[in-house]
Amino acid sequence: MNHLRGLSKDISGCGLSGVIHRKGELIPGEIIIRSICCQEERGNGLGAGFAAYGIYPDLADYYALHVMADHRKALEDVEELLAHRTYIAHEEPIPTRPTPGIENPPLFKRFFVKPKYEGEVRDLCAGTEDEDDYMVRLVMEINTRIEGAYVISSGKNMGAFKGVGFPAQIAEFFRIEEYRAYIWTAHNRFPTNTPGWWGGAHPFTILDWSIVHNGEISSYGTNRRYLEMFGYHCTLLTDTEVVAYLLDLLIRRHRLPIEIACMALAPPFWEEIDRMPPEERELATAVRVVYGGAMLNGPFAILFAYNGGLVGLNDRVKLRPLVAAEKGDMVYMASEEAAIRAICPDPDRVWAPKAGEPVIVELEPGAIPNQRSYLRGPGERTGAAVCRYPG
Amino acid sequence: MATEIDARDLHYRDLNRLLRAKIEEGEREFILRNVNGQRYIAAGIAEKVRLDIYGTPGLDLGAFMRGPEIIVHGNTQDGAGNTMDDGKIVVHGMAGDVVGYAMRGGKIHVYSDVGYRVGIHMKAYMDKIPVIIIGGKAGDFLGEYMAGGIIILLGMFSRYPERPLAGLYLGTGMHGGTIYIRGKVEEYQLGKGLKPHELTAQDQDLLRRHLTEYCQDFNLDLQEIFREPFIKIEPYTHRPYGKLYAY
Repeated sequence: MNHLRGLSKDISGCGLSGVIHRKGELIPGEIIIRSICCQEERGNGLGAGFAAYGIYPDLADYYALHVMADHRKALEDVEELLAHRTYIAHEEPIPTRPTPGIENPPLFKRFFVKPKYEGEVRDLCAGTEDEDDYMVRLVMEINTRIEGAYVISSGKNMGAFKGVGFPAQIAEFFRIEEYRAYIWTAHNRFPTNTPGWWGGAHPFTILDWSIVHNGEISSYGTNRRYLEMFGYHCTLLTDTEVVAYLLDLLIRRHRLPIEIACMALAPPFWEEIDRMPPEERELATAVRVVYGGAMLNGPFAILFAYNGGLVGLNDRVKLRPLVAAEKGDMVYMASEEAAIRAICPDPDRVWAPKAGEPVIVELEPGAIPNQRSYLRGPGERTGAAVCRYPG
Repeated sequence: MATEIDARDLHYRDLNRLLRAKIEEGEREFILRNVNGQRYIAAGIAEKVRLDIYGTPGLDLGAFMRGPEIIVHGNTQDGAGNTMDDGKIVVHGMAGDVVGYAMRGGKIHVYSDVGYRVGIHMKAYMDKIPVIIIGGKAGDFLGEYMAGGIIILLGMFSRYPERPLAGLYLGTGMHGGTIYIRGKVEEYQLGKGLKPHELTAQDQDLLRRHLTEYCQDFNLDLQEIFREPFIKIEPYTHRPYGKLYAY
């Protein structure tokens, strides 16, 4: 990798693309493929991936575990664990096809499961929303304890598909054109500081959180230790992994509205906080003090998604590109405007989000069953700029 | 008669190769249609050619070029005019980040907004004085580490009514050149050691000269632009950090 390092700092940048239909209508996979492939030069063939929401409507009540295994034994160990710890409604290999340039891929299988509680645990947790926590623990257990096995996504009615290759190759391999989703994100990777391996490709996920990232999280060590206190273990050797777990911790477990969570990840500078009106200053100060361990340092542009929305966010000084556009019910975000125009030649509006200003796009209320919304109440200001749908 | 090139599905290498071959053959005017994301268009070209680009050209448009005039009928992505030496880029829409990065000559006229770090590390030498004129607003770090040249920021044709004229850290590390701004910026937006100054008669002449050309490019009214006063930002010494070990 050493010979790549100097080079990559100058000319590279991963590529991101995401699209959401705000009424929850399904978008064919070929759309996101065309968009991410327009940014071919942003990657170097060492990683690509897709996240798709709304792809398993018939099994939407079950957690869809996408499991990647280096060998048959690892897969068998996962199957055995799942048989003990979950009810498996359905299991099957993830459909793939032989693809030129993709050699010796790992094994991929998906399981549609519900937690299986053992007597006393159920009693202890009775009345609480603990199924998600159960699944997070199970994913951590598989990732840390079963050699060569990784859960690459674990949400309901969604899935991540990723590996080593260019986006066109990974799309071909996982037959992405056969899926339809109301939210898509995609990634084209140019690894700089960490290995280009199948588990290290983006998106990174936990439950239905998925994230794709361009940049470097130089606070990885701090973030990782912070997350370990809450039971999250990083096993995928790539900085971006911490963001997926931070989202789960801050938004699902600590119930921070998404605007506040984004402020914790990319907080305003202290001198900006000093200039805020008292109430907003108090809020921003509290977020920085309480969530110092969640702050992401270093250059980044990220897109993250959950079953109810898609969010784009830049670091505080915009060291990585991000462009957004809208057309009717569709909202697009990508590293390059060209990636949006490749699938939407004539958008109603194109804009470049400000550094640290999240673009939060939620589905219209009631667009899908079990829709999650994490927006703050209307009219509540945070002191930092936010672009959100619904406004 | 301009040579038309349909760039749809053309890789940037093929597009640039074609362009260079045609220039070699003596063609001097080009219309590029359906451009979308192709990088390095006209990079390094020294001939005086004219390119009309329809679509969204990719990163580093006109990088290192010394001669061409590029008219973009749309937006440009990041790095337009990277280290350009001579020639002109006219953008009828908005432009991305790091426009005119390390620019050393020529002109960039942008009708609307630009992104972050525009004019970073611009420089000038003798009669080579690069000029960037921005009709809309600019993001943070405008003119960062600027060593020479001219940036003119108008803030008039912006898509972002809610944003300030310029972002934070304006001219941070600046040790040469001049930034002219139509309207006012807050002192906290400026890099350390910078102050807004009044314009001299010489400044007014210079502005009038550059803005007349800008108005011709976009069919604008010069009077309207001068309806509001300008300020200028300049470093107080060419080595503002000479006595600092680190900043």
